[in-house]
Order: sequence, then C-alpha cells, then structure tokens
Amino acid sequence: MAGQLAAVIGTGQTDHTAKRLDVSMAGLCREAIDRALADANVDWPDIDAVVLGKAPDMFEGVMMPELFLADALGAVGKPLLRVHTAGSVGGSTGNVAASLVQSGVHRRVLAVAFEKQSESNAMWALSIPTPFTMPVHAGAGGYFAPHVRSYIRRSNAPEHIGAMVAAKDRRNGALNPHAHLKQPDITVESVRASKMLWDPIRYDETCPSSDGACAIVIADEKSAGANPAWITATALRTEPTTFAGRDQVNPRAGRDAAAALWRQAGIDDPLNQVDAAEIYVPFSWFEPMWLENLGFTAIGEGWKLTEAGETEIGGLLPVNPSGGVLSSNPIGASGLIRFAEAAMQVMGRAGAHQVSDARVALGHAYGGGSQYFAMWIVSANKPS
Amino acid sequence: MTTLSAPLNVEFDYTRSLGPVLGRFMTGLRDRRIEGIRGDDGRVHVPPVEYDPVTARKLTDWVEVASAGTVQTWAWVPEPDEGQPLTHPFAWALIKLDGADTAMLHAVDVPGPEHMSTGMRVRVRWAAEPVGSIHDIACFEPGEAVETEPTQGEPVTMVTTPVRLGYTHSASSEEARYLNGLLEGRLLGQRCPVCQKVYIPPRGACPTDGVPTVDEVELPDRGTVTTFCIVNVPFLGQRITPPYVAAYVLLDGADIAFQHLILGCDASEVRMGMRVKAAWRPREEWQRSLANIDHFEPSGEPDAPFETYSQHL
Repeated sequence: MAGQLAAVIGTGQTDHTAKRLDVSMAGLCREAIDRALADANVDWPDIDAVVLGKAPDMFEGVMMPELFLADALGAVGKPLLRVHTAGSVGGSTGNVAASLVQSGVHRRVLAVAFEKQSESNAMWALSIPTPFTMPVHAGAGGYFAPHVRSYIRRSNAPEHIGAMVAAKDRRNGALNPHAHLKQPDITVESVRASKMLWDPIRYDETCPSSDGACAIVIADEKSAGANPAWITATALRTEPTTFAGRDQVNPRAGRDAAAALWRQAGIDDPLNQVDAAEIYVPFSWFEPMWLENLGFTAIGEGWKLTEAGETEIGGLLPVNPSGGVLSSNPIGASGLIRFAEAAMQVMGRAGAHQVSDARVALGHAYGGGSQYFAMWIVSANKPS
Repeated sequence: MTTLSAPLNVEFDYTRSLGPVLGRFMTGLRDRRIEGIRGDDGRVHVPPVEYDPVTARKLTDWVEVASAGTVQTWAWVPEPDEGQPLTHPFAWALIKLDGADTAMLHAVDVPGPEHMSTGMRVRVRWAAEPVGSIHDIACFEPGEAVETEPTQGEPVTMVTTPVRLGYTHSASSEEARYLNGLLEGRLLGQRCPVCQKVYIPPRGACPTDGVPTVDEVELPDRGTVTTFCIVNVPFLGQRITPPYVAAYVLLDGADIAFQHLILGCDASEVRMGMRVKAAWRPREEWQRSLANIDHFEPSGEPDAPFETYSQHL
C-alpha cells in the first residue's frame, strides 16, 4: 500500500448505447458525473481536483477535450489533468486520481472518462495508411486477431472457448442496466454461428461501438465514510508496441504490473483471494489470455478456468459480471468502467450482477497494441 | 542524403450531437435569432454554455440578445487561411452583443485595419441560406441592428465538423536506406550490436538496448508466416478488398516479423509456419515502398517447425 489510504466512495455510469444523439460530449460526461456525486453523497464544493481520461484524439476529432469540457467537469478553479494511454486510459485515469489522494495532496478527486464513438469511426482512425508501409491494417480486430491465433496454438485451447466467453459476458450484460448489449438468450452455438470478421475472431466475440461515460469519486480516509471500496493496490506498466522477441500473447508489461499489484495488495494466491475480476476483454479470447498474464492460472491453463465455468457469476473467479467490454465499449471509458464495477462489487452496489460476498475485486485495463496496462485492487476490508 | 517524404492526408467528417443548449443556439441562428443563457451570477453567456463556469450547475434560463454589439478587441488577418469566414483580409474580433455579458469571437468585414477600433459598433451579416451552424452568421459588419426576415424549420440537433489534416510524413535516414534498397529490389535490415537482433525495417536504435543500429544486413525475400488473420470486414478507407490474409512474415535471418499480404493459395490454406516467398511487382513499377512486394505466396517448402518461430509470437 503506497502512501495515504484512498477509497472509492461513489461511481456513476451512463446507460451505454450505440448513439447518444440527444446529448453533447459535456452532457454525456455530466450524466455519469451527476450519478457518481449522488452515489458518493458529495457536491461540487467537495471536489478538490478532476482527472479526465479520453482515448486517442482521432477517435472523435477533438484535440484537448479537457479544455472545452472544463465547465462541465466542474474543474474551473481546480486542478484538471488529462490522462492519455489509448484504450487503457480509463484505468490509468483511476490510478492517477487515486495517486492524488494517496499522495496526501487532495481529499476528494473526481475521475471521469468518456467516449462518443458515434461521432467518428474508430476502425478508420486505427487504420490510417502510413506512407511506405503495406496497407494491411484493419482496426483493433485486425491487430489482435493474429495474436489470438498464436494464443490458441500455444495453449492448444479448444475453439469453443472464445464463444463461451462471449456468451457468458453477454448474458451478464443482460443483468446490468448500464450495458449496451443485453442478450440473455445468447448461446455458445449462436456465437459460433455468427460471421467471422477477423478470422479467428467472430462478430459475436467482438465488443460493440458505444457512446458512454463513467465517473468515480475517490476520497481520503477522513472523507471515506462507511463501507467504501478501499484501494489496496494500483499498478501501471508500459512496453513498446514491437521489438524483437516481444511476447504479444503474454506481454511482459502486463506480467510485471500484475506481480507488483499482488505484492502491493498482499495477495499471494490471486485465484483464491480475489472474489471478482473486471478484466478488459474487447475480444473474447482475451479472457483466458489475461487470466494467464495476470497470474490467476499457469501459462496455457487460462482457458481451462473458462471452460470449467469458473469465470461465471457463482464460479471460483467471476470475470466481468457486468458484461465487460464485450457488452459495452465506450473506449475511453471502458477501463474506468472496469475499475468502477470492481468497486461496486466490494461495496455491494452491483445490483442484479452482484457477486455474493465479494470482498476483494480486480479492475484491469489494457491499451494500444497490448502495451499499456493499468490495474487496481479494491477491498471491502480497510487496510490496517 | 535527401530526406524521403510523402504526403499523409487525414480527413474525416466528424458529427456532433449538440445537446439541449448548443442545439437551441444553433436552431436560433438558423432562425436568425441569437440566444444566450443566464448564469448563476446573473451574467448572460453568448454563445450559451451548458454548465455554469462558476458553480458547474446545469443552466436553463434563456435570454434573447441583439444582433448588434460592441467590439471589445480585435486582430487583423492580412492573409486569410482556407476555411476562414472571409476569403479577403478581415478582422477577428471579440464582440459583446447588446444584452450579453460575454464576448463572442467572429469575423468583421471592413476594407482595412484602419476601419477597426475597440468600441466600434458592429452588426450581424446573416448568411443567405442558414442551415443551423455558427456559419449562419456570415460575419459582422460596421453598423446598428436592422430588422431581419426570420426563417423557421425543424430543431437543429447535429452539426458536421470536417477535419482535414495534411501532413508530410518523412522517413528516418535508416528507413530511407531501407526504402532505397526496396527501389532496387533489396531487403535491407540492421543488426543491434548488443543483442545481435536483426530489424527490418531498421529503426535506427534498438528498442531493447537503446543503442544505434549501424550494421546493415541484406535479407532474402523468403520467410515464414508466424501468425495471421483473415480480414473479412470492409471499412472506410480500406485499400485492399476483403477477404484477405494479413500475415506476420518473418524473413529468414530477421528477428522481427512485418505484416504483409498472403496470396497464391486459398485463405483457408494459410497456416502458422507456412513458408512463403515474395511476389514482386514488375520492376518498372518499383518505388520506395514495401508495396514493391505485391504479396507473399507459398514457396512450396515444408512448414517451419513451431520452435523455429515460437519466440516471435
């Protein structure tokens, strides 16, 4: 545990959907913020600083959104920071906000992250042909699909694992009022029958494109009140997108971040000591890949946990009880939603997708070409 | 060596859903009416703000203001850029409309800077065909407000904001050597003097050791598919018609794979470990580009054992 105690005292989310044409970006953020302030039972004068997370500028064509959003974020006259780590940005935003409290600088910090995908085209923004190279790029799916194939080859995982993850996350999404996709009747068979987009990734194994926002209020020990989600560990690690010998399936930055996280949280058996995990899984196969990268299982064994049904709500380690990124993907917000959902679990505020007796939960995000990692552990137990 | 560069034009028509406040403001402009919003301290903000800059509270108290006002300050634009309100020299000015407490930025059309002064009175010159955009105010001009013919229509909820970015993309000197090699049909990489890894394209510095890579290595035009995906998705800006196989090709002697296209067999026949060779475009079409290799195709050699490329996944 680094520095002063810090805890999540409230979270808020929009009802994520494909197009929120009725609100501006400011209005979208405020919907999540107003819910977070109400959940935390605080008002604007209580907030000392604001941290904003937002995915790459090309995704919405807004340079420095923190400037034009300052009024809406209630940041006038207060410190306002923007965090920028591609798809992991929501997670990094949570960690940066936590550090402002852990450092003893601020008592209450508001973390906000958003994405309004309907105003742009992320597939286009991720596939801009650079001169002198082959124009074979095809968005995030095109980037990650070869590495998913490598995982399947290395682990000898059966082909239906990806479909199992997708069906589970979408069913979980049906329990979550904020989820974009609610598909209670989805089955492994229907996922396997869906169109192959970036072989080996199918349509139903792919995250949607969402408009949405998430906000979290983080407070110091004095302001934490009763039953907050104590932040017992945070970790950030980075590595280059490509270098000779890089392990794209099991990136070192993720392994190192996880090792630091468990050490800081005093966890030596993650699978048995963590009660719920919100892991950034935009394509279904990343569930077993990250289970291994995070050290929940040995290398090559992650898929066995999925196949045994242990990542379902009620299993040994429920993964993405909220429905995860596969059910809602406002990119910039997706990481912070993982962090918020982890907090909601240990605060007992997750409603129909509550994992019973959840005391310790993981929030996880990754971004870029699996090169940015952000994680935190939240606990119902106050660190001694 | 002269620097190699090429244009990189990035453009997209972003859409903006305006929300209740900017939507009403734009609807007003389309109807030739300017509305501001009253803040918690009583000030009237024009253009309106959605949330109070002091209290952060949502604002809803609308106030119609005049279409004439006073120049607060200004700057002369002797050579207008593309996309600016006027094509001839003009002034940017902060204009406080009568009834407003904040100034808005817009263009003032006068023959020369000697016609501009702080405190001067200006009025809106409306666009001939308003559409619900800030451009419905074509510009301001000297004078007092005049009666205008109001227009009407459906509420304005969206605007389109085209973004055009014109870059010149330059290659590094190491990349330029590699690209000049491609012009001659050669594949030139570089070896790190510390870890001995061979990079193609060369980076100039080893990402692992941080030292310059100067030792040039010519590589053959055949190698191994380490992994791949089959792209079945069409998307905006796509250069190759799907379905196509985007594969990581590890050239023999290289320590990093690059992405390229695999043809010459059915997509379903492509596999990890498949041996491939380059299919070059006709020599007269060669440029400084990896696209001189039209695609890679099966070489007919037996597949490479998994161990030979497993550390490159």
